[in-house]
Amino acid sequence: MRIVFEKRQTISNTAVVLVPVVSFLISLFLGGIILLALRANPFVTYAAMARGAFGSWQVFTETLVKAIPLMLTGLGVSIAFRMQFWNIGAEGQLTLGGVAAAWVALFWSGFLPDWALLPTTILVGMLAGALLAGIPAALKAYLKVDETLTTLMLNYVAILFSQSLYYGAWRDPKGYGFPGTALFPAAAWLPRIAGRAHLGLIFALIAAALLWFILKYTRWGFELRIIGENKTASRYLGINIARNIVLALLLSGALSGLAGACEVTGIARRLQQGLSIGYGYTAIIVAWMAQLNPWAVIFVALLMAVLLVGGDQVQMMMGLPAAMSLVLQGLLLFPMLAGALFTEYRLRIVRPTPHLQEARQ
Amino acid sequence: MIVLLTSILAITLRAGTSLIYATIGEIYTERSGILNLGLEGMMLMGAVTSFAVVYHTGSLTLALAVALLVGAAMATIHAFLTVTMRANQVVSGLSLTLFGSGLASFLGQRLGPGGQQLMGLIGPKFMPLEIPLLSQIPVLGALFNQDILTYLVYLLVPLAWFYLYKTRPGLNLRAVGENPQTADAMGINVTRVRYLYTICGGMLVSLGGAHLSLAYTPGWAENITGGRGWIVIALVIFAMWNPARAVLGAVLFGGINAVQFRLQAAGTTISAAFLNMLPYLATILVLIVMTWWETLSKRIGAPAALGKGYMREEK
Repeated sequence: MRIVFEKRQTISNTAVVLVPVVSFLISLFLGGIILLALRANPFVTYAAMARGAFGSWQVFTETLVKAIPLMLTGLGVSIAFRMQFWNIGAEGQLTLGGVAAAWVALFWSGFLPDWALLPTTILVGMLAGALLAGIPAALKAYLKVDETLTTLMLNYVAILFSQSLYYGAWRDPKGYGFPGTALFPAAAWLPRIAGRAHLGLIFALIAAALLWFILKYTRWGFELRIIGENKTASRYLGINIARNIVLALLLSGALSGLAGACEVTGIARRLQQGLSIGYGYTAIIVAWMAQLNPWAVIFVALLMAVLLVGGDQVQMMMGLPAAMSLVLQGLLLFPMLAGALFTEYRLRIVRPTPHLQEARQ
Repeated sequence: MIVLLTSILAITLRAGTSLIYATIGEIYTERSGILNLGLEGMMLMGAVTSFAVVYHTGSLTLALAVALLVGAAMATIHAFLTVTMRANQVVSGLSLTLFGSGLASFLGQRLGPGGQQLMGLIGPKFMPLEIPLLSQIPVLGALFNQDILTYLVYLLVPLAWFYLYKTRPGLNLRAVGENPQTADAMGINVTRVRYLYTICGGMLVSLGGAHLSLAYTPGWAENITGGRGWIVIALVIFAMWNPARAVLGAVLFGGINAVQFRLQAAGTTISAAFLNMLPYLATILVLIVMTWWETLSKRIGAPAALGKGYMREEK
C-alpha cells in the first residue's frame, strides 16, 4: 500500500478557496510556536496585532496607508508573474518612482503652473518605475538574460541612488543634518482622504479595475494570458512574445513607480529614509496569494497591511521586534505553496492488485 | 606596490571565502535540478545563529555546527515544498529568503544577553593563522595568512570538482539534473538525490553566512550579507555550474570588494554611492556577457531539468 498524487480532471474550486484560508490558520499556528519559544503569549500577541490594525477608525486609516503601496506594487508584480516573468524589482521601481517624483516636486515648481505640478510629479514617477522595469524586460526579451537577478540587483542600485541623494546633493540645508530633502511645495501634495490615507487608494482601485478589464476583455490581455500559460502555443498564434514582455513590464514598473510617487507626495511629502521598507518584496506574496487576480490583490494587500501595522503595534506594546510580521509573512507562504498542489492533484491510496503480487511471486 | 597587492589579494580572499562556500553549495543544489533562491535568507540565518552561539558559548566549532544544522533545516523546507509538494521553485525560494531574513532580524534582536539585541556585541572570531615560511612569499604569501575557513576552501574546491565529475554519485547527481526520467529509469532515486543535494547545498550556503559573522565582519549587523546571497546566484551562472570555476567569480567579486575598500580608504573622488553600487552593476554585466557568450557558443551550462518538478506518474 502506498500513497500517490493523482491528477484531478478539473481544477478543484474548493481547494482554490480553502488553501489560502487553511494556510493562514497554519501560519498563525506556526507563528504561535515561535512566539512561545520566545516566551511571549501568542493569543495576547495576535489580539494586540488585531487591535493595532482594526482597533479604531484612526488605526484603520493607518492600515490603509500601508495597504496602498502593497496594492499598487502587488498589481504591478502580478502582471509580470502572469507571463512567468519573475519581477522581484518592485522595491527598486517603487524607490526610483519616489526619487523621480521628488525631483519634479522639488525642482520643477518654477516652470509649471500649480495645477500641473502634482499630475506631472505622479507621471514622471510612473515613468521612472517603468524605465527601471523596462531594462530587465528588454534584456530578457531580446538577450534572454535571467530577470530574477537583474530586477533584484537594480533594487540595490535604486536604493543606493536614493540614499546618495537625500544624504547628499538633495539634503535639506535647513534640516539640522536630518537625512531628507526639503518639504515639497504644497501644490505637489497628494490629497488625503481619511487620516493619512491618500488618493493612492483610488488609484489602486482604478488600476485593479483596468487590469481586470484588460485581462478579461481585450486582445492584449488574451495575449498576455496565453504567453504565461503556453509559450509554444503563443508562438503558433503569431504573438510577439518579446514585445509583450517589454510592454507588460513597462506597465508593471509604472504601477510600482506610482506607489513610490504616492508615498513621497502623500505621506512624508519629502524624500527621506523609510521609503524602501520592503513593500516590493511583500508584493510578491500579495500577488502569489491572490493567484494573480487583480481584485484578490486588493483584498490580500489589505490583509498583509494588517500584519504589518499589527507588527508595529506588537513592537510598541510588547517589545517584540517588528520583524515578527516578516516571519509571519514567510510562514504564510510555505503552507500556501505546499497546498497549491491540492488544487490540481488529490491524494490516493494505492493497494497493490492481487494478480500483480502473484506475478511477483 | 607589493604591500598594496598583498593587501588587495588578502582582502579578496577574505571577501571571497563566503561567496565560494555559497556558490559551491548552490551549484550542487542546481545540479540536481532544484533552483534555490533562498540563499540570502539562509546566509543571514547562518550568520545570526552562529554568532549567537559563539557569543554565548565561546565555541567556534559549535557555532559552525549550528550553522550547518540551520542551513540543513532551511534547505529541507525548500526540498519538501519543491520536491515532495512540487511547489513553484522560484516562489518557494523567494519565500525562504523573506522568512529567513525576517527571522534572522528577529533573532538578532532577541538572542543577545538577557533577550537583548546581538547588534554591536563582540565575540570570539576566527583569526588568521600564519603558515610559517609560505606566508613569507611576496604577494602570494597572503594566501597563507588566512583563517581556517579559507584554508578549508582550498580543499573544498578540488574535492567538489572531483566528486561531481569523477565519481559515480557525482555522475548520478548530474544525470538527475539533466534528465530525471532517464535517471529514474536507470534506477537512481530522483527524490532522494534532490533532497540530499538541496540539503548539502544549504549547509554550505549557511556556512558561507557564518564566515561573514565569525571572520569577515565579526559580529552581527542587520543585512550583514548585503545581497551576497543574490550575487551568488549570478556567480553560479558565471561558473557555468562547475565548482572549479566558482573560484573565478568569487575572486572577481571579492576583488571588487577589495578595490572598493582600498579606494575608499585612499579618499578617492569617485562617489561612495557609485562604489557601493559596483558589485550589483557588475553582477548585471556578468549576467549579460555570460548569457550572450552561451548563446554564441551554443554551450548551455545549465542543467537541462533546472527548475522543473518531477512527477513519476507523468511523462
